[in-house]
Formats: sequence, structure tokens, C-alpha cells
Amino acid sequence: MSMTGNRVSYTLDSTLASVDKAEEAARQIATEAGFAEEAIDGIAMSVREAAVNAVLHGNAYDPAKKMQVEFDTRNGDLVITIRDQGGGLEESQIPDPLAPENLLKTSGRGIFLMRTFMDEVRIRKTEPGTEVTLIKHAGGRSSGAKEGSK
Amino acid sequence: MTMKASTRQVAGIMVVDISGRITLGEGSTLLRDTVRDLVSKGHKQILLNLGDVTYIDSSGIGELVSAYTSVRNQGGELKLLNLTKKVHDLLQITKLYPVFDIKDDEAAAVKSFATAG
Repeated sequence: MSMTGNRVSYTLDSTLASVDKAEEAARQIATEAGFAEEAIDGIAMSVREAAVNAVLHGNAYDPAKKMQVEFDTRNGDLVITIRDQGGGLEESQIPDPLAPENLLKTSGRGIFLMRTFMDEVRIRKTEPGTEVTLIKHAGGRSSGAKEGSK
Repeated sequence: MTMKASTRQVAGIMVVDISGRITLGEGSTLLRDTVRDLVSKGHKQILLNLGDVTYIDSSGIGELVSAYTSVRNQGGELKLLNLTKKVHDLLQITKLYPVFDIKDDEAAAVKSFATAG
């Protein structure tokens, strides 16, 4: 783990234990940042889904490849970046899990859930790998009147 | 908390009491193995009691879908019992709520199976 200002970064192995670690860190940091309980649940789930994608679909559990998870609090917003070293994800090729033909598929809901619970989700194919940026605005904080979860 | 599953028979229906987290890895594998084991032994009327499920991720949702379709493809029925608010909300968000037959009373759920009783 490394810390710089309001930024905390983890470089993790491509394992399910790392997915749990990323989720726990998200829950802790979102709690410390003052987000409401429902928003914290959504943030933790979104980070878990992004971490699963990174470890399973991106790095394919390759011990030589790492996942980087970075948390940054900017003006009260929480910005989380998850990077993998896999083949790269094409956002345009992600099917709609709510389409009738996809409803009974056993996978493909992770990015949809991130988009449901976060205010912004950005997916960028990098060389190599994928970078997913998850943003929760301060409106989801427990002290605020507006609940950020959609 | 890792997932736990225990099975009991009520009026011919197999009730699976699940607790903990249904997530990628141990939880989803245990759910899959439990349902597969029941079906292989000829138990095709299954009620999944999710009352003590504290957390479910997209892999866990996928595993519920897989259990539902695999039992149905074998000519059986799989229903869900006692959804927590979190699981209820996730099934609503993913539009899976109308897909499943969801109950909140065990006795009524058991009676609702086609050949129960």
C-alpha cells in the first residue's frame, strides 16, 4: 500500500483474496469519507465487481500480472481506479444484461451494477490492460440531503 | 462470512438454508454443488431459503440464475424464499425478480410446488 496526500494505492496479486481486499478497502475508505450506508454498500460492490473483472477476465489469475487499486478523495468526491494487465476490454462489446435474450445469462452484470451504484464509470483500454474509473460524488455522504445511489 | 448451506426435506420439498455471502469462489461453487447434488439424487423441487444471506455479488446472482435454469431444464422447480432487502433490490435492478418464483412464507412456499404434500 502507498499513500500520497488523499490518495491510497494498492498493488495486488491476481487472486480472489485480492478482490476481498479491494472490497474491504473500498468500504473502509468510503466510510471514513462520510458516505451514507447505502452509498457505501454500492461503492464496495462496484469495486468488488471491477476487481473481479480485473483478476478473472483481465489478468486471468496470472501470478505474473498485478491489479492496481487506487482511491483518491477529491473535493469530497471518491475516485477509484482499478487497473489490470490483461488483454483489454472493449466497452462497445459489453452486452446489455437487461435485454431479454441476456436475462438468463449467468454472467455479464458486473459493469451494469457499477453503473447503477456509481455516479460515473469510465472504462479505458490501455496498453496492456483495462483501466476502470469509478466516481461517487459527495452527494452520497451521510451528512448530505441527497442520496447518491440510483 | 463465507457461505454455508444446509439441506432439509419438508413435505417432499428440498429446502436449502443458505447463510453468509454468495460471491465468486467458494460461495458460488458451494451453491452450484449443492443444487447439482440434489438434482443428481432426483430431488427436483428445491426451495432456496436466502433469509440469512448477507451479501451477493454478480457471480452469486449468476449462480442463482444457473441453479434456476438447470433445475427447470431437468423438469423441476426452484423457488426462492425470504429475500433480504439487499438481495431483493439486486434482483429488481437486474430485472430478475419476475423471473424467479419468490416466496416469503415457508409453509406456503412448500405447498406451492406442483406435487407437494
